[in-house]
Amino acid sequence: MGRFLAKRLGSMLLAFFGMTIIAFGLIRVIPVDPVEAYFTMNQIPISEEGLASMREEEGYNRPLLVQYSTWLVDAMTLDFGESFVSKKSVTAELLQRFHVTLTLAATAFIMIVTVSLTVGIWSATKRGGFIDWLSRSFIFTLASMPSFWLAFVFVYIVALKWGLLPLMGWGSFAHVILPAGTLALGFIPYYIRLIRSSMLEEVNKPHVVFARARGVKESVIIRRHVVKGILPQLVTSLAMTCGGLLGGAAIIEIVFTISGVGRFVVESMFARDYFVLQGFIVMIGGLYIVFNFVADLLCALVDPRVRIKGDGA
Amino acid sequence: MKKKIALISSSVLVLLLIAMAIFAPWLAPNDPYATNMALKLQGFSTDYPLGTDYLGRCVLSRLLYGARVSLFIALSVLVVTLFISMFVGLLAGYVGGIVDLVLMRICDIFLAIPDFVFALVIVGALGGGIRNMFIAIVLVSWVGFARIIRNMVRSLKESTYVQYARTIGVPKRKIMIRHIVPFVFPQILLLKLIGLGSTILLISELSFLGLGVSAPMAEWGMMISDSKTYLMSHPMLMFLPGIMISFTVLILNWFGDALREAMDPKAI
Repeated sequence: MGRFLAKRLGSMLLAFFGMTIIAFGLIRVIPVDPVEAYFTMNQIPISEEGLASMREEEGYNRPLLVQYSTWLVDAMTLDFGESFVSKKSVTAELLQRFHVTLTLAATAFIMIVTVSLTVGIWSATKRGGFIDWLSRSFIFTLASMPSFWLAFVFVYIVALKWGLLPLMGWGSFAHVILPAGTLALGFIPYYIRLIRSSMLEEVNKPHVVFARARGVKESVIIRRHVVKGILPQLVTSLAMTCGGLLGGAAIIEIVFTISGVGRFVVESMFARDYFVLQGFIVMIGGLYIVFNFVADLLCALVDPRVRIKGDGA
Repeated sequence: MKKKIALISSSVLVLLLIAMAIFAPWLAPNDPYATNMALKLQGFSTDYPLGTDYLGRCVLSRLLYGARVSLFIALSVLVVTLFISMFVGLLAGYVGGIVDLVLMRICDIFLAIPDFVFALVIVGALGGGIRNMFIAIVLVSWVGFARIIRNMVRSLKESTYVQYARTIGVPKRKIMIRHIVPFVFPQILLLKLIGLGSTILLISELSFLGLGVSAPMAEWGMMISDSKTYLMSHPMLMFLPGIMISFTVLILNWFGDALREAMDPKAI
């Protein structure tokens, strides 16, 4: 276990630093000079001296490696500089909106897990039946629809035509249902398929066949052996989905005009507010890496084979 | 037999889709870019079979032209990422050692950022437009495949026929081209074809956010974004492009599934 942990921790740190290099490098590859962008943003007349002194002040003329390390040290203390637009600290701006996105993502996550497990297990146990066929065709169609479009369709039908749920905005639980549901729908088809196919694989494994031969009740077999067998794969995928939900909420937030992190980042993008982009990548990337690490640990706890094989590469 | 029917009918649909994109200029009843403010937001008519949008442009013509943009970008992404992933995967898998280690750690880094966020930020940094959207989608799509190829090559390297080739002194490059590539290529092409649908979805998402194609061009995601304001009064403007996206992705996914079943269900 110790060896496994050390290996995972090592690759996690490596991925994290690589990710910070991408976040840092992004600003250097863009066709726009950040200092010039700052000047235009604040309507300061652009002069060579002005640009030069600003570069000096912000350290843009120092070697890249020095710039990166200063930036990284700041980033480690969650200091990503100030937003060009609001003049407030990027971290404060992101954190201020984070709880909204988190609520959205967490609700969607719960929906994904409950719906996919229910339908997936049901579909697999009734394999070849009408329910299985129905759920598969439905899933297939659903997987082809862009989630932002579905969001509009739901807004039109549920909110505009039926008036069942509030149209847009944020505040009560009723406000969360529609956006979180649409967000979840984007992932549910994938999970139902995953659960169904890995369960069907699991059902034919020797220990399951043996349990059935011993006369163990079908519901117990499903619970104790089959579902336990698909857990590692499920947990790994769910961890990736966590990061995907936090990042992918942007489109849904825009459709429903919810002021979460995603919408803020897209707006900052149009304003060319690059420090916000950097902060966002490091934040989401960091969370994503941590989620994956936790998932690896959980898998190793559930499944001794993962611990022994270790690298997986 | 059932597999064959699925494959044939889905291929026919894919061909129809491609034909629709290629022959859009002949099929479209009107110029997709011609605005006519006097005829804006019209319903269905013989001149404008699916009505007009907020600038009085023919919706049907724009939908037909939209197929060109989505399919063209998705297919170019497929070709380019196919080469990048093959190159990286073969190099890492066959050469192994330090090259493998470095390349796979680079893959780890790319995998450390969720796809959509990564694409969003790249387009955001480079600015919108078809070219930058293309770059962003390529950058997020090559990684997973490179890793799959690398793992395939590593297991192939241990296979008896490659070991035999090595023993009798066949040069490395020849082993790659003769024995490894012909085995890996069709399987990766298949996986890429299966992924076409999700590329089309990503294109429409980025365009919806205004980060994809630029203004007058007809693209489905952007058409949905344009129709936001008219959701209440003219919901059809929003429904139609979404239906086009859904059908395209549905057909491509169906084709991918049929192809996979027809080739070899156990290979991957």
